[in-house]
Formats: sequence, structure tokens, C-alpha cells
Amino acid sequence: MTEAALTVEKVAVHFGGLVALSDMNFSVGEGEIVSLIGPNGAGKTTAFNVVTGFLQPTRGAVSYRGTALNGLKPHQIAGLGLARTFQRTSVFPNDTVYDNLLIGLHRQSRVSFLDSILGLPRARSSERRLRERAGELVEWVGLERRGHDLAGSLSYGEQRLVGVALALAAEPSMLLLDEPVSGMNASETHTFVQLVRNIRDRGVTILLVEHDMPMVMSVSDRIVVLNYGRIIAEGTPDAIRNDPAVIEAYLGQGAARA
Amino acid sequence: MSQFLQHLINMLVLGGTYALLGIGLTLIFGIMNVVNFTHGVLYTFGAYIMFIVVHQLGVNFFLALPLAVVAGWLLGAAIELTLLRPLRGSDIDTTMLVMIGAWIAMQSGALWIWGGVAKSVTTPFPEAPLVLGPVSVSWLRLFVLASAAMLIVLTYLLINKTKLGGAMRATFQDRDTASLMGVNVDLIYTSTFAIGSSLAAAAGALLGPVYVIFPQMGDLAAVKAFAIVILGGLGNITGAVIGGFILALAEELGAGYVSSGYRDAMGFLIIIAVLIFKPTGLFARSERVG
Amino acid sequence: MKAAVGILAVVALASVPLWLRDPYLMNALITTGIFIIGAMSLNLLLGFTGQLSLGHIAFFGIGAYVSALTSLGFDVGLPFGLRIVHIPWPPIAGFVLAIVVAGFCGYLVGLLSFRVRGAYFVIVTISFAEVVRLVALNWVELTQGPLALTNIPSITVGLPGLGDLTLRTKLQNYYLVLTVAVVTYLLISRLVHSHFGRSMRGLMENETLAVSVGIDVTRTLTLAAVISAGIAGAAGSLYAHYIRIIDPEVFAFINTVTMVIMVITGGKGSLAGPVVGGLIFGLLPVFLRPIMAPEAQWIAYGGVLIVILFILPRGIVPSLALRFAKPPKPIEARAPAAFTERDAKEHA
Repeated sequence: MTEAALTVEKVAVHFGGLVALSDMNFSVGEGEIVSLIGPNGAGKTTAFNVVTGFLQPTRGAVSYRGTALNGLKPHQIAGLGLARTFQRTSVFPNDTVYDNLLIGLHRQSRVSFLDSILGLPRARSSERRLRERAGELVEWVGLERRGHDLAGSLSYGEQRLVGVALALAAEPSMLLLDEPVSGMNASETHTFVQLVRNIRDRGVTILLVEHDMPMVMSVSDRIVVLNYGRIIAEGTPDAIRNDPAVIEAYLGQGAARA
Repeated sequence: MSQFLQHLINMLVLGGTYALLGIGLTLIFGIMNVVNFTHGVLYTFGAYIMFIVVHQLGVNFFLALPLAVVAGWLLGAAIELTLLRPLRGSDIDTTMLVMIGAWIAMQSGALWIWGGVAKSVTTPFPEAPLVLGPVSVSWLRLFVLASAAMLIVLTYLLINKTKLGGAMRATFQDRDTASLMGVNVDLIYTSTFAIGSSLAAAAGALLGPVYVIFPQMGDLAAVKAFAIVILGGLGNITGAVIGGFILALAEELGAGYVSSGYRDAMGFLIIIAVLIFKPTGLFARSERVG
Repeated sequence: MKAAVGILAVVALASVPLWLRDPYLMNALITTGIFIIGAMSLNLLLGFTGQLSLGHIAFFGIGAYVSALTSLGFDVGLPFGLRIVHIPWPPIAGFVLAIVVAGFCGYLVGLLSFRVRGAYFVIVTISFAEVVRLVALNWVELTQGPLALTNIPSITVGLPGLGDLTLRTKLQNYYLVLTVAVVTYLLISRLVHSHFGRSMRGLMENETLAVSVGIDVTRTLTLAAVISAGIAGAAGSLYAHYIRIIDPEVFAFINTVTMVIMVITGGKGSLAGPVVGGLIFGLLPVFLRPIMAPEAQWIAYGGVLIVILFILPRGIVPSLALRFAKPPKPIEARAPAAFTERDAKEHA
């Protein structure tokens, strides 16, 4: 493994008496694509929320490139270069796709409040740059035909792509994708896998939570398997495919999706 | 010391009616998630029903109270059926604004029908107060306290011992599950709003004769009700009762020892302080509601 | 196209005093204009951040009192034997201070109340306005309480080369209010089209997502509250120097409701909404006065608010805009430069 970008150490999350995560340890190397899988309720989304600051862990520590994330607010973590997508609410529904990205490019604008109120040249040129960038992002995820449609009117799969573009707008060094292909058909999923690889090739580290096993197997460098809040296996796709504990966990649930 | 005892007595009388107001609002707010701006108008309405029944219809004072409760129930049910039921599923801001519209229209209606001149209700009680050692309390106020206590107990029994109350509690916990379990949520909403409204009307009918009756009397009452709900925690009946007495005590002490001009500021200050320091209310249970 | 409509509207409004001589109507137009400025500021919170502030009149009233007291002077005792004596300053200084102080109050309320959202935010804002009203009513030494502050001086502006001009007449005040209203409109328009405005919209539409793309909730909402309160304070100052007498009733909840009705009817989240709604509800009393008692008018307003929410929940302006909207132009595939240019024009 290369040098670790994200390190999760001994993280536990308790909701009242319920243990959502217990003693979770894993790391993601720079430029890796790592998937976090597990049956429903295994704690995947909880782990995600801890890493991105939407949830504070009961115990343990998360650090990114040497900076401790404990106690930071989500927007501060975003500022460190970690961007994420969401399972359900991935867009600003009442804005066009294009305006969605302008909102997402928020951090790229370095214009002071007065500059933009007075419409100074600095603000204008910054706006121009943002608009160009939004155009590039729309194109990158392949939604140029939908640029002027309201994001809320897009199909499920297209909204996922907007979500990814939004996360990319923050120019992250690491991207966390929460079940990005659920609701996509096979060809959309295939295109999406290409997109994920494409993003990684630009130097972005990727952590993925996903149910779609063929997708996970084809895209991941490494897979971490969670069940009942603890890690039961970790390794390459081939190793995971043949791991008895993993098979047990999925068959035990009665819903082997692999 | 005797002055403090007198404040305590006054607090008990006020607190009972405040508790009624608070229970009504906390039920509506907690179960329906509607910020009910008509609550104060219902309070005013109850007081005017008292005046009309006693002075214009010549009915016995003691019969007027149940009549005001029934009238409040009917008006509340009417508001729910015409204004809230069609908006089921709208966001809380929309229903809140509709309730504001209803409040403006109804309060102005009261002003139009009954005029702005304050009215008072004659009561069958003797003028001379009951003197107990260092403190005195009028017979009317004792009647108010006793009636309020009775209504609080009745509401408590209704919520905790009847089938309707059980359905209301289930709806409060989780509307969707309650509906799956066969609870008729529409009926629960209408009943809740009607019950809450009848309690507000009862509070107005009780306090109206103590003070005077005028169309805007409900505005402050509504604010007090909100303060009580926030103090006691959303949907928490016991909290509303305790909150009612705390507000009454704060007002009595504020008026007695600071300045009578700031008596009515107490409710607002309580609201601001509670929301800053303990937004879930003083008596909130561990789980978060809403 | 939009700019043309705007310029036409301003020219039309500017021409009104040329053909309208009725002082009663002029007065109605001036007070309406002042309330429209207040409604525009409310719309910034209600329409562009989704926060329903029902204590908005507090900032308006604070602006009115600050401006009046600055230009009248005062002499009050404070606890611990302190005394503050203030010599009257020119009203224009009052106008600036009104904006600053109201904006600062907006900052405090924003900081405190954005900890609580939804219904609780509404209740906190109402409570804030009522506490301020009770202070204005009871701090007689400073505010004269119910006796009102009277003889507030008119605003004086220094014109280069012409010396000082004191705005006493209705005509002069009309143009003053119109100028401030146009500046406010332009300011809010710039704001909502800047990246700050986009942050606000993002928060309103999907807060979780907005936070994850790095938008700072507290900072954005507090900034909106400060600007909104500052503008409301400016409107209050105009009111004080035009009416020249203010009492604690300026804080009455009904005044907030008037602004809310203007915004909701015209269309929240639309720049022109508060202007259209404000003109309707500001001038309606003029036409209703001969035929309806004031109480009956208020019954009608309450009814109109309900009816609008039922049948035109988005308000008049957005509903009209939707009706006359052209179908969206398709955009060419793979042409970021082209569509950047066109968008830049559209959003300019």
C-alpha cells in the first residue's frame, strides 16, 4: 500500500445503547480506490458520516493527510479537500444543473463580499472563471445536454452524476461516494465506473460505499467488509470474493447480492 | 414575607389557566406540527362567549363555562377542517402563514362585531375576598383555580385513559406508523385541534371575568402559551402544566419586584432564554421530537 | 429584456409626482415605498434563505428610534451613576447609524436564533420584537414611552455646489424614498446573484449538501440577517424622518404581518415580488377606505393571505413569470465556452 491519505483508528459510534460501529480501523492510500461494503445496517453510512464530520465518533480518531478531523464541522472538512456525495439528496432540486455547480464552486470563489456587491472587475473575472469551470464539470460527467434543466427534474442516475460533479467542484483530493450507482441501469453504471477511474487518474483518492457487487469488484483496488459494526475482512477483490467470513455474512442475511 | 405569600397565591390562580392554554397549544404543536397562531383568538372567543351567554342570553354563570368549551371545540374543528385539512403535507411555514391570516381575520372580526370597548362580566361571587391570615384571594379567583384544575385533570384522563388519547399519543410518536396501525390520522388531527381550541376557549372564559374582555386580549395569551410550550417541551403535557406555573411565578415576581411594565416581557424573555440555553425545553425527554 | 422592464418601472414611478397632485395619495405612496423597502429586506431572509423572521419590524423600529434619537439628542441615566448626554447630530448621521445599529441587532439575533430553526426561529424573532417594544414603552427617559418622540427633524442632504437641502415636502420625500428603494433593489439583486446568494439558495434547497460542498451555514445566514436588518433599519429611519413622530406602536406585530403579506402575495424569493405585493397592499387601503371600515379591511387582508397561500402559493410574480416563460433553449453539446458567454449575459 502507498502512503495513507485517510486513517480511521479505533472508531466507535454509539447511539444511546445501540452500537453502530465498534473499534473500526482502516486506511486509504493516496490515489487508491477503496470500497466499504457490508449488508444493510452494517454501519457503512455511519462510517461515512464520521469521516465527513456529519457525525462525531464516540471514541477513536480520524485523520486526513496528518490532520485530525475530530471536532471539525463538515464545511471545514470539505475545506481540507474531502468531498462526498449523498445517497438520497444529491442535488439542489430547484436550480439548473449548471447553477447547481455554481453553488458547488462556492469555495473556489475568492471574492470579497464588497467586491461582488460593487461588481468590481475582480469579481467579474472570478465569476467568469467559475462559469467556465461549471461548464467543464457538466461536460466531464456527461450532462451537457441537461445543463439548463432543473436538477430536480433529472432521472435518478443523472442526479447522482450531478452529485458527483458537485463533489468534484470543490476540487477534492479525496472523494467519498455513498452508494453512487443505486438506481442506475447497467449502461449508466458502466459509464459511471469509467468516470470513477477517470477521476482517480487525475490523482483523487476514492472511498466508495456500494451495494452493487459487480461494480465494486470491477472498480476497487481494495475492499473493506463491515458487518454488525465491525470489520470482518479486508483485501483485494479476489481475496474478498473467496473469503468465508464474507460469504457467511451475506448468505446469513439471506440476500446475497454478489 | 406576606407579600411573597400573596404572590404565590396569585401565581397559583394564573398558573392554572396558563397551564390550560399551554396544554392546548402543546397538543396541537406536538401532534400536528402546526404553529397555531389562532390559539389566542380562541382564548378571546371563549371570553366573549362567556360575556354573550351571561349578559345577552341571560344564562347562569356556571353554565356559561361548559358552553364556552363546546363553542371553542366547534370553532376549532371548523378551522381545522376548512384551513388545515386541505393543506395536509404542506410545509410548516405555509400552515403557519395561513394560521396568521386566520388570526388577523378573526381578531378583526371580533373587533368589528363587538367593538374595541372593553367589556366585563358580572359574576355571582361576593365582592369581599376570602382572607386567610396574611393573604387574601377573591372567590372568583378560587373558582377559576378549581375549574382550571378540574379541566387539567379531565384532559389528562382523556389523553392517558381513553382510546382517542391512545391514538393521539401514537400519532405524536410516529404519524406514519400510527396510520399503518389503523389510526385515522385525519380524525386525530381534527380532534386534537378541537380539543386544544376548547382548552384555549376555557382559559379565556375563566380569565375574562377576572380582567376585562377586548378583541386583542388573546395576543399576549398566545405568546404566553408559546412560552409555556417551549418551557415544557413540545407535546409534553406535564411539562406544559409545570411551565404554566413557572411562567405565572416569573410574571408575579417580575411585576412585584422589578417593574409592572415588564410583567408581560417575562414570557418573551423565557422563550429567548430557553431556546438559547436548552432548545428542547426544560422537561424534554431524551429522544428528540420534530 | 428584464432590465428594460425595470428601467420602465422606475421611470414610471419617477414621473408620478408630475401628474399626481393629491397629497393624500402622495402620502400613501411614500409610506408604501418605505414599507416596500422593509418588505424587500424581509424577502432576503424569507425568500432567499427560507428563514421566516416574524420579528422583522424590530429592526425597522430600532432604525426609526436610533435615527430619531441621534437627530433629537437625549440625556439618560444608566445604572452605576453613569449618564449619557447626546447632542443632536444631523439626521443623515442618524440614517447611517440606524443601518449600523439595526444591522448589529440582526447579527445578534442571527447568531442566537440560527441555533434554532423552523417554528422556533419564528417564535424567537417574534419574542425579540416584543421585548424591544416593551423596552421602548417602559424606558421613558430615553424614548418618552407612549408619549412618543416628536418633532423629529427632516433629513437634510448636502448637494455639491448647491448647499444643504432639507427634505420637507412630500415631493422631496417621495424622491428620497424612491432612490433608497431603487438602491436597495439593486443591492439585493447583486447579492442574490453573487456567490453569497448562491450559498443562501443552496442552504435553502438542501442544507446537508450545501454544507458538504463547503458552505458555512452560520456565516451565510448571519450575513443575510445583518444585511436584511440593516436595510430594515434604513427603512425605519426614513419612516421616522418622514412621519416625524414615532411611538412604541411602530413595533406592533401587525406591521410585521403587513410586510409578510406583501412578500407572500408578490412572491417570496422573487426580486420584484415585494414591490408588486407592496404596491397592492400599500395602496389598497386608499381605495378600500371609502367603502370599508378598517376592521373589515383587516378581515379582507387576512382572507387574502389565506386565499393566496391556497391558490397561488408561489405568489403573483413567480406565477406570472411561469406563465409567460419561454420554453428553455436547448444548449449545444460540448460547448462550454459558448454557453458560458451566453450565461454571463443572462446573469449580468
